[in-house]
Amino acid sequence: MTPAAGKHEFTVVGQPLPKIDAWAKVVGETRYADDFFLPRMAYGRLLRSPHAHALIRSIDVSRARALPGVYAVITGADLPRVKFGILPVSQDEEALCTEKVRLVGDAVAAVAAVDEETAERACRAIEVDYAPLPALMSIEEALAHPEVRIHEYGDGPNVHKNVALQFGDVEAAFAKADLVREDVFFYEGNTHLPMEQHAAVAHATPDGKLTLWSSTQTPHYVHRLLAKILDMPAAHIRVIAAPVGGGFGGKLDPFAHEIAACRLSQLTGRPVKIACTREEVFYIHRGRHPVLMWMKTGFTKAGDITGCHLKTWLDGGAYGSYGVASVFYTGVINPVTYKIPVYKFEGARVFTNKPPCGPKRGHGTPQPRFALECQIDKAAEQLGLDPAEMRKRILAEPYTKTANHLTVTTIGLGECIDRVVEASGWREKRARRAGGGSRRRGVGLACSAYMTGAGTAVYWNNMPHSGVVLRADRSGGVSVLCGATDIGQGSDSILAYLPAEVLGIDPKDVHVHPADTSLTPVDLGSYSSRVTLMCGVAAIQAAERLRSVIARAVATKLEVGPEALVFRDRKVGVPADWENALTFVQAVELAEAAHGVLAFAGSYAPPKRAGKYKGGGVGPSPCYSYSACVVELSVDEETGEIELHDVWIAHDIGRALNPLLVEGQVEGSVYMGIGEALMEGQVFREGVHKQPSMLDYKSPTTLETPDIHTFLVETDDPEGPFGAKEAGQGPLLPVPPAIANAIYHAVGVRCDEVPITPEMILKGLELRSRGKPPRVGPEKIPLFTFKEPVAVESAFGQPADAVAVRPFTP
Amino acid sequence: MRTRLSLTVNGETHDVLVAVHKTLLEVLREDLGLTGTKHGCELGECGTCTVLVDGEPVLSCLALPADLAGREIETVEGMAEGGRLHPLQQAFAELGAAQCGYCTPGILLTAKALLADRPHPTRREIREALAGNLCRCTGYTKILEAVELASLRTGVAR
Repeated sequence: MTPAAGKHEFTVVGQPLPKIDAWAKVVGETRYADDFFLPRMAYGRLLRSPHAHALIRSIDVSRARALPGVYAVITGADLPRVKFGILPVSQDEEALCTEKVRLVGDAVAAVAAVDEETAERACRAIEVDYAPLPALMSIEEALAHPEVRIHEYGDGPNVHKNVALQFGDVEAAFAKADLVREDVFFYEGNTHLPMEQHAAVAHATPDGKLTLWSSTQTPHYVHRLLAKILDMPAAHIRVIAAPVGGGFGGKLDPFAHEIAACRLSQLTGRPVKIACTREEVFYIHRGRHPVLMWMKTGFTKAGDITGCHLKTWLDGGAYGSYGVASVFYTGVINPVTYKIPVYKFEGARVFTNKPPCGPKRGHGTPQPRFALECQIDKAAEQLGLDPAEMRKRILAEPYTKTANHLTVTTIGLGECIDRVVEASGWREKRARRAGGGSRRRGVGLACSAYMTGAGTAVYWNNMPHSGVVLRADRSGGVSVLCGATDIGQGSDSILAYLPAEVLGIDPKDVHVHPADTSLTPVDLGSYSSRVTLMCGVAAIQAAERLRSVIARAVATKLEVGPEALVFRDRKVGVPADWENALTFVQAVELAEAAHGVLAFAGSYAPPKRAGKYKGGGVGPSPCYSYSACVVELSVDEETGEIELHDVWIAHDIGRALNPLLVEGQVEGSVYMGIGEALMEGQVFREGVHKQPSMLDYKSPTTLETPDIHTFLVETDDPEGPFGAKEAGQGPLLPVPPAIANAIYHAVGVRCDEVPITPEMILKGLELRSRGKPPRVGPEKIPLFTFKEPVAVESAFGQPADAVAVRPFTP
Repeated sequence: MRTRLSLTVNGETHDVLVAVHKTLLEVLREDLGLTGTKHGCELGECGTCTVLVDGEPVLSCLALPADLAGREIETVEGMAEGGRLHPLQQAFAELGAAQCGYCTPGILLTAKALLADRPHPTRREIREALAGNLCRCTGYTKILEAVELASLRTGVAR
């Protein structure tokens, strides 16, 4: 077909193409980290602490070392004495603990042996003499026992981080309100539960170099930290991301098994594999923080918000991990959704002797989202407003700043609400509660927003957040090198689609190399929904540079201006003279002859928009995605059982680069939100995980996951690659509050806590029958003094640049 | 104690010498190099390691090879015939039913057994057949759609 002149029509973008790695995955050819078997490879195991909190008096490895088939046994004494952590401000971890263990599951020694059984036997032969300390297993216990210190650093005894930010006078805002609500909520912790357990293979070679293949979402940060931990030049370490069998944030820290495998390989001269068991993965964790929340919001009669004050307490577990960022995230993202002119946030992360929490899908934001969306539902009822109409009225304005100085670009939330309201039959279903016998049917709605990539790296620097090198040659094939990590979301496919779109070739002509720190330009990792936007923009920049060199060569040959050329259907030519267009192979040959080797780079760093105040670096993002969700369910008043019928979700994706992949991200997010709302809980008894197995830790199966109806709303955001925003995390957020609101609609019970269990429903119904408020949830908040707030003027409503200036753009 | 066994996997017979307590999962992955079969728990909870034995889904992490002499074992590597993908594999790839792909082999084989038994299952029947296979990525939606598409195409082919 002759392409139309002067008009860009997408040929690849927007098509529901299979992922480029789909074929390998359906035939079992994809090699995950535990599928690597190298010659002479040894098998490693970690010995982990059985105590939640204890001093290590001594470790005797002599019996283990003497066992036949054991190649090496190491303790912390065999590693450089350096503490590390993913954030520069929380360097509090040791791969193998030397003096103290802070949770059941802390590693204290590691073994490499001829096989896993021998390694396990050797672990059992290691004698560790512990002096147990009192274990602090909750926020309340940790605050009540300052004499028991889990760490010696932080913002107070067992307080990892204490933050307070204030943007305007909330008390004055409440005085202006017609309705002021104060509510307390609790969001239980839960874990990622990726189907693949973490695994790593390390290979130290006689030249003093080291290669690590790992199931990691962030080879760059692992690379960087291994250099510090092993005290070696980063230039001598190579980290290769194996295909990740599910991440969701659980594979974003450097872990003991990776570090131990490296050291054991150095000591044995063999490749060493350590594959974690499912039980170990429950203790490695870094998942959803349990968060207790107090939220006070003022509303006018019409439903406008006059101001909001939020306090959060996070149960951080035993180490810092991403926790400082997590605290901020419980406070900073809510304001990008609705008009909140005045805002105050206070948050604290507390250390406990439990597996460390960290960044699970939605990182710190599903919890306050649950609080806000449930509170709005309550306010709407009191004000006699429809919850959907009320939200539409108070939507944040596009291209403005929030009270806390975040820049909002496009907002498709109004259309998202319309789509789910229409599709679900919201108005009719809302008007009458249906159901026969003891079963009551209800519908609930909630909305959300999420960032498309963090505006700052975890360590401060001025370098690109993502880089792409594109190489083309006379074969007509194009290779993409990028450090982005495909964890199933399809980032490798995006890296094929975007250059294919720009160059007018088929994605099959593009080879995408997996992340490899020796070959691929740095990409920070698969977190904060940053990958499609950041590597996408870098890939487009690299592809445009390649295209302009090819265009120049072709223009000379065809004696036309390069701007007249169109790249399409593996051809390059002038639309009016398409029969004389060159094939892409011929075009590349001309360019290779004229220019030399064709290799072009693209770089991306987010616009610098951090608020000019301490803490302003967490929350800024190039753009924000929006979601609206309606849930329909039934509640059995006799048993308290909840059955989901349908979920309608509309997501502002900016532009769906591949609608199939976007839908997959939305559906997966909804599913995970359902698990968090109704069953998943990372809970402990006497220092030990109560359910560290996939049978006992309940997660939704095909039978509990209802039909999910997904609608994509496109807003063509100027910040995103061809207008795209994120999809991998945001759509989880509205699901738990939509479920809680639907339960209220069905049976009149307010559940201010997740997971919502049948017992909670029955308790609420019993309260109602006794004439008490049918509300189930936390009753009180800790006695705790937050810091004096950093007080900054509210930036609410200030106009924002349509397109901010970005680094590395010509 | 090691024992000599003859196992028929994907139509090929292998003689292996393995410890008697080694599971089918371990023998497939470690002794036969068939790493397409994955593990999620090794306790029979997640369905990830599902293979077919005489056409029936079996959790390979709980099966002992010593019990399987003379039985037909099928893994994901055996689904495509002569370079042609099984309709389920084709549909899973086309519809995005494999995200991280780790649970995919077990789900494909479970679905294959379902379609062999019921070529045109209802969505409810597909849900019930796959209820023992956990997937954390997809929300199951695209998996259910892919099984339906494969079922539809199988009907057309006939």
